[in-house]
Amino acid sequence: MKLPIYLDYASTTPVDPRVVAKMQECLSLEGNYGNPASRSHEFGWKAEEAVEEARANVASLVNCDNREIVWTSGATESDNLAIKGAARFYRKKGNHIITSKLEHKAVLDSCRQLEREGFEVTYLDPDTTGIIKPEELIKNIKDETILVSLMHVNNEIGVINDIEKLGEITRENGLVFHVDAAQSTGKVPIDLANLKVDLMSFSAHKTYGPKGIGALFVRRKPRVRLEAMIHGGGHERGMRSGTLPTHQIVGMGEAFKLAEEEMSSDNARISALREKFWKGLKDIEEVHLNGHEEKRVAGFLNVSFNFIEGESLIMALKDIAVSSGSACTSASLEPSYVLRALGLKDELAHSSIRFALGRFTTEQEVDYTIDLVQDSVTKLRELSPLWDMYQDGIDLDKVEWVQH
Amino acid sequence: MAYSKKVIDKFEKTLKEPEKNSVGKWDPSEDDIGTGMVGAPACGDVMRLQIKCEAKDNTHVIKDVKFKTYGCGSAIASSSELVDMLKGKTLEEAKKIKNVEIAEALDLPPIKIHCSVLAEDSIKQAVEDYETKI
Repeated sequence: MKLPIYLDYASTTPVDPRVVAKMQECLSLEGNYGNPASRSHEFGWKAEEAVEEARANVASLVNCDNREIVWTSGATESDNLAIKGAARFYRKKGNHIITSKLEHKAVLDSCRQLEREGFEVTYLDPDTTGIIKPEELIKNIKDETILVSLMHVNNEIGVINDIEKLGEITRENGLVFHVDAAQSTGKVPIDLANLKVDLMSFSAHKTYGPKGIGALFVRRKPRVRLEAMIHGGGHERGMRSGTLPTHQIVGMGEAFKLAEEEMSSDNARISALREKFWKGLKDIEEVHLNGHEEKRVAGFLNVSFNFIEGESLIMALKDIAVSSGSACTSASLEPSYVLRALGLKDELAHSSIRFALGRFTTEQEVDYTIDLVQDSVTKLRELSPLWDMYQDGIDLDKVEWVQH
Repeated sequence: MAYSKKVIDKFEKTLKEPEKNSVGKWDPSEDDIGTGMVGAPACGDVMRLQIKCEAKDNTHVIKDVKFKTYGCGSAIASSSELVDMLKGKTLEEAKKIKNVEIAEALDLPPIKIHCSVLAEDSIKQAVEDYETKI
């Protein structure tokens, strides 16, 4: 077993070696290096063929038409293009947008930008398990509402929103529905032929593909229109100009093809590992699982270890690569806004660790991590005055703290 | 989150051998104990510092120190560093300890300076608490 152990698959994934092999074919002198937009020679035709094959692979995983896939630089750009592009195009119909408090920053910051441009944005509260209730959405729709943007799988806690039901509501009300699916490809089946989703963002690097490439699904029937953000050359039917990076696109195509082939076996294996992992942690005193217990993707475990600060636990777990909702791991000194949106107390948000298992996680790694976590939690609690007080039966909510 | 080597060393030493590194607790009601507790769980750090003192040559000297800290690695390292500075000092000397000394000793980055401020506050409180008893 190699150390350190990577348990941060929600942040990014290693590129699958089979994907690397495909990409390399586009990066050599003998390889497929042409510009896919070159119509006048074989180099261009060959590159275009590779790009279109990749497009078909992406479309196949999510069951849509090839022509509905637009290449972008990643899910952040897809979110920007979808939200700003649709809001600006449909502005004459209304200026109200609905999203939620636990969206990715790419969505939240795009919405903030639109607020500066005069749009009004409603940020829905999830329930305490992290799910957006359809009733919440219905309650907040107004005459001026034009766009709804909600994520499929949350990147911190891994819970899955019911986009089928949410889509029924948006379609009935004539609203454009954007879904950020960066975390769900290869983990949850997506059937865009039946879902009433109009725009969907994808990322390659969360699904064992390369960084720097993503896609946006733009529905053709009923047709959704966008105002482009990047101009110059009219690539991707004018929605996203710029020379297509063949090697990146081929990488994403191959990664999504593998995701389609291996989703069910990957899920079965990763779920079993996660169950084993949780079994090894759940009996530690004062441990809380954050997010819905069942409506979640296979690899995610977001756990709060009460009375321990998350960053110190990460330091103690130095052979394990994980991330925390603790303020100390962020530049802002604020604990995770996602966990706070669930109504979690600040101290539990500070105490959270996100473990994300993936395709290359082994049972041996899980066993090693369980032992290390148990040992580190014991040691850090030995050091914690809060644990002391808890053991003495003191109610920490009633203590008057000297805030600083 | 890149830590200085000093923070990592201090943190790991404290975690590995808590007793040797003054982790612990005394009964705060004892006459020779001064206790300072600063910070709040909601902010992500709480430090409890205790000093054991004795009267000596018209003043009082810190004979021993114990602490427990809930917080990030830098907060734990800061408390531990403070403990080393305190042993054998008079109360007057202890009160003069400034957060920059701790920050410099550990190479704390600017974003972690508040950890050393907290450590400075904890000693002030502990001394004040002890002084109410003499």
